[in-house]
Amino acid sequence: MVDSFGINLIWLVPLAPLIGFVLITFVTYRSRMLSALTAILSVAISFVLSLDVLRVILTHPEITMNNPLEKAVEWLKMNGLFIEMGALIDPLTSIMLFVVTFISLLVVIYSVGYMADDSRFSRFFSFLCLFVFSMLGLVISNNYFQMFVFWELVGLCSYLLIGFYFYKESASDACKKAFITNRVADFGFMIGVIILFIYFGTFNFGELAVAISNSQDLALLTLAGILVFIGPIGKSGQFPLHVWLPDAMEGPTPVSALIHAATMVAAGVYLLARGFILFASTTTVINLVAYVGGFTAIFAATIAITQRDYKRILAYSTLSQLGYMVMAIGVGSITAGMFHLTTHAFFKALMFLCAGSVIHALHKQDIFEMGGVFKDMKITAVTMIIGGLAIAGIPPFAGFWSKDEILLVTLENGYTGLYIIASLTAFLTAFYMFRLIFLVFFGEKRSDFEGHESPLTMTVPLMILAFFSIVGGFIGAPFLEKGFSSFIYFGEPHHPEPNLMIMGMSTIIAVAGIFLAWLIYIKKAISAEKIANQFKPIYTLLYNKYYIDEAYQWFFDKIVLNLSALCNLFDRYVVDGVAHSLAWIIRTTGTKGRYIHTGSLQTYALVLFAAIVVIVIFLAGPVVGGVQ
Amino acid sequence: MSFPILSSILLAPVLGLLVILFIPQKEDKIIKIVAAIATGITVILSLWAFIAYDQEIGGVQFVERIPWVEKIGITYSLGVDGISLPLVLLTAIVIFTGVFASWDMEKRAKEFFIFLLALVAGVFGVFMTTDLFFFYLFFEVAVIPMYILIGVWGSTNKEYAAMKLTLYLLVGSAFVLIGIIAIYVYTGLGTFDIFTLTEQTYDVGFQKFVFFLFMIGFGFLVPMWPLHTWSPDGHVAAPTAVSMLHAGVLMKLGGYGLIRAGIFMFPEGARYWAPLIATLCIVNVVYGAMVAMAQKDLKFVIGYSSVSHMGYVLLGIAALNTLSISGAVAQMFAHGIMTALFFALVGNIYNKAHTRMIAEFGGLAIQMPRVAASFLIAGLASLGLPGLVNFVAEFSIFMGAFRVYKVLAILAISAIVITAIYVLRVFQKVFFGPRNPRWDHIQDAKGVELVPLVILCGVLIFLGFFPSYLMELINNGVDPFVQIYLNTPKVGGMY
Repeated sequence: MVDSFGINLIWLVPLAPLIGFVLITFVTYRSRMLSALTAILSVAISFVLSLDVLRVILTHPEITMNNPLEKAVEWLKMNGLFIEMGALIDPLTSIMLFVVTFISLLVVIYSVGYMADDSRFSRFFSFLCLFVFSMLGLVISNNYFQMFVFWELVGLCSYLLIGFYFYKESASDACKKAFITNRVADFGFMIGVIILFIYFGTFNFGELAVAISNSQDLALLTLAGILVFIGPIGKSGQFPLHVWLPDAMEGPTPVSALIHAATMVAAGVYLLARGFILFASTTTVINLVAYVGGFTAIFAATIAITQRDYKRILAYSTLSQLGYMVMAIGVGSITAGMFHLTTHAFFKALMFLCAGSVIHALHKQDIFEMGGVFKDMKITAVTMIIGGLAIAGIPPFAGFWSKDEILLVTLENGYTGLYIIASLTAFLTAFYMFRLIFLVFFGEKRSDFEGHESPLTMTVPLMILAFFSIVGGFIGAPFLEKGFSSFIYFGEPHHPEPNLMIMGMSTIIAVAGIFLAWLIYIKKAISAEKIANQFKPIYTLLYNKYYIDEAYQWFFDKIVLNLSALCNLFDRYVVDGVAHSLAWIIRTTGTKGRYIHTGSLQTYALVLFAAIVVIVIFLAGPVVGGVQ
Repeated sequence: MSFPILSSILLAPVLGLLVILFIPQKEDKIIKIVAAIATGITVILSLWAFIAYDQEIGGVQFVERIPWVEKIGITYSLGVDGISLPLVLLTAIVIFTGVFASWDMEKRAKEFFIFLLALVAGVFGVFMTTDLFFFYLFFEVAVIPMYILIGVWGSTNKEYAAMKLTLYLLVGSAFVLIGIIAIYVYTGLGTFDIFTLTEQTYDVGFQKFVFFLFMIGFGFLVPMWPLHTWSPDGHVAAPTAVSMLHAGVLMKLGGYGLIRAGIFMFPEGARYWAPLIATLCIVNVVYGAMVAMAQKDLKFVIGYSSVSHMGYVLLGIAALNTLSISGAVAQMFAHGIMTALFFALVGNIYNKAHTRMIAEFGGLAIQMPRVAASFLIAGLASLGLPGLVNFVAEFSIFMGAFRVYKVLAILAISAIVITAIYVLRVFQKVFFGPRNPRWDHIQDAKGVELVPLVILCGVLIFLGFFPSYLMELINNGVDPFVQIYLNTPKVGGMY
């Protein structure tokens, strides 16, 4: 066993924020300063420990995903069920721990400024701590059960934080929608996990990997794989369960950055990487993963180009990028998927925090009411542009390298169709992101507002994230001998040759997207309205998000609620009706026969008793008679 | 002889009742304190039993036997094992918190607490006795005070509900009584001792017959669809503490009886009827949840959610393996705590707002943050969120049931979605939304009102994080019976 404080104190990684949560909820909640300090400190402890874990993994190349460090304690042992709570320490865990604790720490610091005017300041930090605990518990999981437990707990935190402004109707709707949509997904996930245990006798990732690779039962593996995959479809907002994520933007913006962009929504991708052997065991499942991801990527991007709300555009962008990651894993490269997850966490968290900074100053979210903000908020604007360049895939920014890796493996593994879809998505991404940037930061002011730069506690995290959005991609650049691909991989490390053709193509596509946005929104050479009018039906369809929310709403209102009302009527009139008529029959026969007087409980009971004896003997007659 | 811990649990409420008899009506503070002390003693004693129970030895412990009517073999005998002990603890916790939830009871407080303590003594008796005759006797002791408590102190349609509840329960117990007499006559051993009777062999026809009687009789109690309509009406009409006891504990008598006197005594009968139970309980689970969604009164929502959740108990029983039956017992415990919390909270709101209509509320989290937080915890327990004990119980049932009834288990699991929908809808409508000035006069729970909230939430969370304290005890109680009588081959890859 490797001796290092990060590994020895691995339990403290999730537990420190839990302690923070308990302290803030019960002790420091009266003092804003103490609550904020407690939150920062507890997350910082996790961060430092995670850094040490990462250091250990980097300096011990013998610890790989096939040969991880594992610690576990027995949690529940019954006849037919054995559950552990454990920590699996390998490169995948270490990179995810780093990403989660790093972004969490920055977001917690940022929130001190962003939430400064909120009367429920302490509550916010306690919820953040609870989230970080749950998320870290999920990351270190060594088995599916633990994963499921924390999977649901992050869902709870998401519910609490989306509904933080619960007095707003829209927020209270949004948090409910998020929870229920995820519940639908978890229904599939749970059955999948149950099936895995029943047929393989363990939840443990390592033991399952052995069992699955020895199993010949393709039907079972396909079924289990699809069911477990439903979990990530919900949590990572893949089509058709993506509807909750855009609405989740009702939560405070730091929450959107942390939970609904960088970490929790990426949990689905993390699960796909963690349980890759299950999904890769049959071609049906792995192709399903690839195509669901690819479809979500382009589907969400087309919606993003028509939206007007700063945060919603980012939300659709998140959906699209998550689709990219899922697709990357589906085409067989957890390296590419996890690499993009990492870089995306940096630049998407950055862009959300920039959005928060702008919204904090302007108190507006509609990008058509903004304009010319650059001169008032230079730091925010510059960092936002860095984020935009990163997500668009302009070299040498972080997103370029990870996106390039995905395009490369997609083509290499023979998914030409997906390659084309991914390239189109890249074009749309560059376009809608710079549409947003041009409309918000450039041009003239389109409404009445006072722009001012945010305080240091908000801008410093922006600058740190911007730095990582610039250089974060180099860890996986194909020119490196020992890069990301020799760190996180499945089976054997696959070191892709740098493909200049693909790099060139993707750069041209990105630049073209930005150029088109520039033509329309800065140069005004092309009128966006004219295009919209020309393709009115398509525009309306996109603007209304393909009417999927409406379809679900219709299903719920018309089918579920009516069915529920029907059940209620059935219960009142049929089930109870039968009981009432039975009682009536008994009572009438009773009065007619003058055996009893009505009104006293005992006589009712007696009559009923007698009736039942008769009924029972009548019913049971054949059963008993058959034996004697 | 060691300290008669179980008799003390049984006698504590009886003593409390006797003391209250001699306290004048107007001293209602003292009456409540006496009730709190009496029930507090049961909590301490049952916790003691819970901790002192030796899992290494297993089986029935703390046994006390006093022959009563020797001629026909009726023995006053008490004893608990891993199945009954959690339910004894549950009863103690629910009644103790129930006393605090009735702290503002002013109308005829003396009589109220007398009947309440009588009721709970009966319930303790059912769970602790190992004699079938006493089992029946204690059950009847519990039902009659229930009738009076609802009929006098209830609300909404109380006479109808009280009568309906009592008739249903009496009808159910009539089936059980016939079954008990049949067993006594059939064996001809002249004993009512449950464990002696369990060891006997019965021919298959008889097993099918008596199990059918028990299935219907206890089915009334659980309640199994379509015998359930007494329970939501009863819940709604009953005063807070009685609702807590009723949904929290009384319904569990059915599940307990079905396990103790049903499946272990008549395994062949159980096997014969299990598919029917499994099918009906899915109606409970899914249909109960659907009906809950349509309710407009908070108490009805919880009433129907109990119908739905008790369906899980039946599913666990019908699957007839250690894991599922253990899950069923754990679910009885977990549901009891959860639903008691729900009723305590609704009672708290109703006392202050004088309405339970969901549509009239909104934004209540602003005026009542503690109640809102506790309600959310109860709701999350109800929808089976990990971290709360209900999840572990339900998960065990699902795991156990899936091996036997795949399609039915999947249908049962689908209810976690329906439950989430109605729980969160209700929570949103009552607690979320803009501040409603109509409720500005309402104060959040404070002082004694917090006792039930803190204890019940605490139990849900503590056992949610450390379920082994509960589950391993139950497993220990269930497994030997399953091995001997149900003879299910050991399942799962770990063993």
